[in-house]
Amino acid sequence: MSSADVGAVPMTAKRRGAQLFMLAFAVAIIMAAYASVGIGIDGTVPAGMLTYGLGLGGLMLVAYLVLAKFAPWADPLILPLVTLVNGLGLVMIYRIEQAPPSFQTGASATQQITWTAVGIIMFTATLVVLRDHRLLQRFTYTAGAVGLGLLILPLLPFIGREINGARIWINVGFSVQPGEFAKLALVVFFAGYLVAKRDVLALAGRRLLFIDLPRARDLGPILVTWGISVGILVLQKDLGTSLLLFGGFIVMLYIATQRTAWVLIGILLFVGGAFVAGQIFDHVGARFEVWLDPGNNEFYTRAAGGSYQLMEGLFGMGSGGILGTGLGQGHPYRIPLAFSDFIFPATGEELGLTGLMALLMCYALIVERGLRTSLAARDPFSKLLAGGLSFILAWQVFIIVGGVTNLIPLTGLVTPFMSQGGSALLANWILIALLVRMSDSARRPPPQAIQDEGLTQVMQR
Amino acid sequence: MNGTLKRVAIACMVMFGLLLVNVNYLQAVKAEEFRSDNRNFRRFFERYENQRGRITAGNEVLAESVDTEGDIRFERRYHNGRMYAHVLGFFAPESERGIEATENRLLDGTAADLVVRRAVDLLTNKPTRGANIELTIDPRAQRAAYESLRRVGKKGAVVALDPKTGAIKAMVSLPTYDPNQLALPNKAKVAQAYNKLDADKDQPLLNRAIETTYAPGSTYKVVTTAALLAEDETAGPQTLVDAPQVLDLPGTTVGLPNNAGAACGTGRVTLQFALERSCNTPFAKIGMELGYEKMKEQAAKFGIGEPLQIPLNVAPSSVGPKEDLAALAQASIGQRSMQMTPLQMAMVAAAVANDGVVMKPYLVNKVVSPDGDTIDETDPDELSEAMSEDAARKLKQMMVSVVQQGTATAAQIPGVSVGGKTGTAETSDNAPPHAWFIGFAPADNPQIAVCVFVQSGAAGDQASGGRTAAPVARDVMRAVLQQ
Repeated sequence: MSSADVGAVPMTAKRRGAQLFMLAFAVAIIMAAYASVGIGIDGTVPAGMLTYGLGLGGLMLVAYLVLAKFAPWADPLILPLVTLVNGLGLVMIYRIEQAPPSFQTGASATQQITWTAVGIIMFTATLVVLRDHRLLQRFTYTAGAVGLGLLILPLLPFIGREINGARIWINVGFSVQPGEFAKLALVVFFAGYLVAKRDVLALAGRRLLFIDLPRARDLGPILVTWGISVGILVLQKDLGTSLLLFGGFIVMLYIATQRTAWVLIGILLFVGGAFVAGQIFDHVGARFEVWLDPGNNEFYTRAAGGSYQLMEGLFGMGSGGILGTGLGQGHPYRIPLAFSDFIFPATGEELGLTGLMALLMCYALIVERGLRTSLAARDPFSKLLAGGLSFILAWQVFIIVGGVTNLIPLTGLVTPFMSQGGSALLANWILIALLVRMSDSARRPPPQAIQDEGLTQVMQR
Repeated sequence: MNGTLKRVAIACMVMFGLLLVNVNYLQAVKAEEFRSDNRNFRRFFERYENQRGRITAGNEVLAESVDTEGDIRFERRYHNGRMYAHVLGFFAPESERGIEATENRLLDGTAADLVVRRAVDLLTNKPTRGANIELTIDPRAQRAAYESLRRVGKKGAVVALDPKTGAIKAMVSLPTYDPNQLALPNKAKVAQAYNKLDADKDQPLLNRAIETTYAPGSTYKVVTTAALLAEDETAGPQTLVDAPQVLDLPGTTVGLPNNAGAACGTGRVTLQFALERSCNTPFAKIGMELGYEKMKEQAAKFGIGEPLQIPLNVAPSSVGPKEDLAALAQASIGQRSMQMTPLQMAMVAAAVANDGVVMKPYLVNKVVSPDGDTIDETDPDELSEAMSEDAARKLKQMMVSVVQQGTATAAQIPGVSVGGKTGTAETSDNAPPHAWFIGFAPADNPQIAVCVFVQSGAAGDQASGGRTAAPVARDVMRAVLQQ
């Protein structure tokens, strides 16, 4: 150890004051946006602005206090950023709900704000209950079983529901998307499993060109995960979740084993699977076709698997241009599913390129704080879990935002914290709680050997 | 693991970078393409975003945009739409017609004249509103024309002008349509309604007053007479002209008879008598004697052949190409290749009434800002001088006697001296003729010049200028004159 290394240990600060200020700032932005919607639509500030604003502010204050008490060293940026994105989602859903009466948009701000409240409660509960995230490592296989079980639930008779062509819902009095929770459980499982097995999986078999290929017998886990992903694709017709989970697993495998070969094998498996799926299933092939030429009128007018929705989103974004129409002054409610999958283009219409860039930067910063937590974490499980959760968040944003902006073929997924829907909101708030918990432990200064022996001379070289 | 984590962090950065670049590409580079894509319904909404100006005539509001406070903010409504359809046109989801089209940029507030006002609106945060258009139409004349022509029950057109200014006081074309159904903010419904009107064999969308030409028949004898008066300054109502029962046409075996083969007086009659009875042979002979060039020259002096914007586009009237003398003889009585719009014939009547001066016809009286300030006002403009004051006086006198004791007695208004000329134009063998009337009143101080055109149609009922068209003109003139 050189003295330079000692000096490089970052001094962490709690920065609680900054966090409180930024939280207040986020709530203020949301309230202003909320008022702006009302002013844009009919020139009056919405009646519920204070109630909603203060309600959200109160909830955030509770979350802040719990965080300050139970995770005082946690990253100060994560909570304000998530609050901002969540609040912006609320504002957009409220705005879409204000569509003229002839539009049955299905957006409900009241419902979403309720779910936000529950989400924040889940966040605080997770922080209070889970004092040490490493506990999760003990439940590796339980988490795996739970994750798999949750994925299978929608396929069961009676409780499984098929909505908009995807069988990813169950009905237990109200609709739940168990896949969102499965995502969390499976990342916990992957982290625990890979920490245990990474040495074996990292063993090189044969060297081909510049790549160290793994041993054939170690292909088991990746093939199983691939099988499950294909199963989701075939049985639930849910391209998004399939891609999300498989990508998440491959990246965690890569982080754990440091073998590029796994990524290549993963991509090969995925491309192969997607190609075969494209040949067999019309809806997969149609998505690909549309991606290549969304403006084609043949696809635009095609009733099933056409580009109508995608183009409506792009038309909205185009009309928004650089500065947007202003909240309440565009027509985002005309985009089908503007309150869920297509909330991103809807936001782009009214807030413009400027707003979308800010929004993407918020997501990027959340991911960055998560990855930083992962880098600073002290044990492999924490590193893998934090890295996995951060990546899966980035990956989800990439899949859905890339999809609705035609960067990649469109696959349905929830836009984290923005799309209307309780399951995703709850699951993502728990995800953030886990990141905050790990960030707290990563940033907490290591216990110092206190030497209070009076005038001990410290020799310096 | 930090090495791979950092690489994953870079991968995440690349992913967000791609999303950012793509969003920039879509909203900055491709934005205009998406915005102007005709499948983008927002384009359609923008049409209804601002309050479009009103179109008024006299004290009546003919077209206005009504705030629905809905998704489609302002809907266009027409009052008495059928009566004014061909003047106003309509404001369809993707296009406009009529005044709505020609004055579109004023009505929607994007005209250059309104730039300053728009800037002020922007600064004071007032919504942009279009300018109002005040038409020259006299609602009483328009109503009289519409209702009187409707009573005739045939296709046709009426145009009334103020002979001193050229202001168009009435413009009706039948059959008509309801512009409201073409101004619905619903592309599919409008397309359906439009296609139905467009396919209608009666052509209700056609503005017969200005968009198409017809053989003017005997009303054209006024122009032929004007040509004679221009050629021979000594000629007058009492000038004797040859009026054979049948005029030999050079180079043909058939002659040109008078109407129904009747005799015209004693065979040598005064010009006034020939016009009163609308004899064919004297005017055909005059035309042949003057020659094509002089006839064409006189026609041009009335504005015939010149394209006009009033600001609606007017189809150019035409005397036709130069042919043989037989053709010229027929053209001189308004047949054969002679093709006139009803507006052009109204201008002929107006020129006679206005001491020979043709005023440029116009429909827009004023452009008024939403606050009521006049932005622009049309100044009457002289188009041409059709004949000398003296010739005009003589022609006026003859036309007055046509109404007093000639073919147009049906146009008489008690206590008012009315001048006029009927026309019954044969279109083809066995088809009923077009019935025409052009006229003005009062003769001593003309305030109104009218052209009534009733298209041939309904077989059986023989339309004639005197019986069919003249009463309509009388109704219109009476509506204007009764204060």
